[in-house]
Amino acid sequence: MSNETLWYLSRATGLASITLLTLVVILGLLTSGRRRPFGERATIVMGLHRWVSLGMVAFLTTHIVTAIVETYVSIDWISLVIPFTSAYSPLWVGLGTLAFDVLVAVMVTSYWRHRMTERAWTAVHWLGYLMWPMAIAHGVALGTADQPLLRGTTLLCGAAGALALAWRLTTSYADRDRRRDILAGGWS
Amino acid sequence: MSSDQRRPSRRRAPVSAGAPRIGVDRVACSGHGICAQTLADVVGLDEWGYPIVADRPVEAKDADLAVKLCPARALYLRP
Repeated sequence: MSNETLWYLSRATGLASITLLTLVVILGLLTSGRRRPFGERATIVMGLHRWVSLGMVAFLTTHIVTAIVETYVSIDWISLVIPFTSAYSPLWVGLGTLAFDVLVAVMVTSYWRHRMTERAWTAVHWLGYLMWPMAIAHGVALGTADQPLLRGTTLLCGAAGALALAWRLTTSYADRDRRRDILAGGWS
Repeated sequence: MSSDQRRPSRRRAPVSAGAPRIGVDRVACSGHGICAQTLADVVGLDEWGYPIVADRPVEAKDADLAVKLCPARALYLRP
């Protein structure tokens, strides 16, 4: 593959990754911030949250590999795992690396969730709230500036995710509220 | 008694021999209601959205999916 093809492939898969990641984050927020049992939608939301996250990995892997292999900018294999080591834009590439490291932790713990305490799994899963903004910042800073579609999509993802996050923060906490309702209603 | 209360359906689908039954960890369960969707034959919801499980076997592959999709990791299989 020519260097140019690799470069375009890296752009395109980066964009696909950030869009899918944002979708996964929103689906996760919908599950944890549910107001009451919402039937079929809850099942679809949960299924998509699990399987879109796996699908995203295919795009993300291509994004990372092509970004390293192409030679238009210099990013070495070490930057795959160790953040802030890239010769090209160390800060913004580093944020991408950091987000990838967190993603690996989140996915590994979810795969072996049945072997962990719920508390440990939750602690790692919450790192997703750090990982997603890092990925957005990485995309906005590096998303080719003269292509408004690239940067625009990332900004749109940021806005959509922020909206979902705001909903999650203002929403009720299903378990706590239900306990309160039941206590208020007595044990009839 | 609220109107959204649902009981497990009386309809019984034939189930293969040695099929598992479903158990719920009542402490872990946070009432997402997903099991009542994926296992509509054996799981219904009470008026607060927590599962009422019928003591009947279910197809292993349906049970596996329900266990996998439970966000609170509260479902388990029992023989």
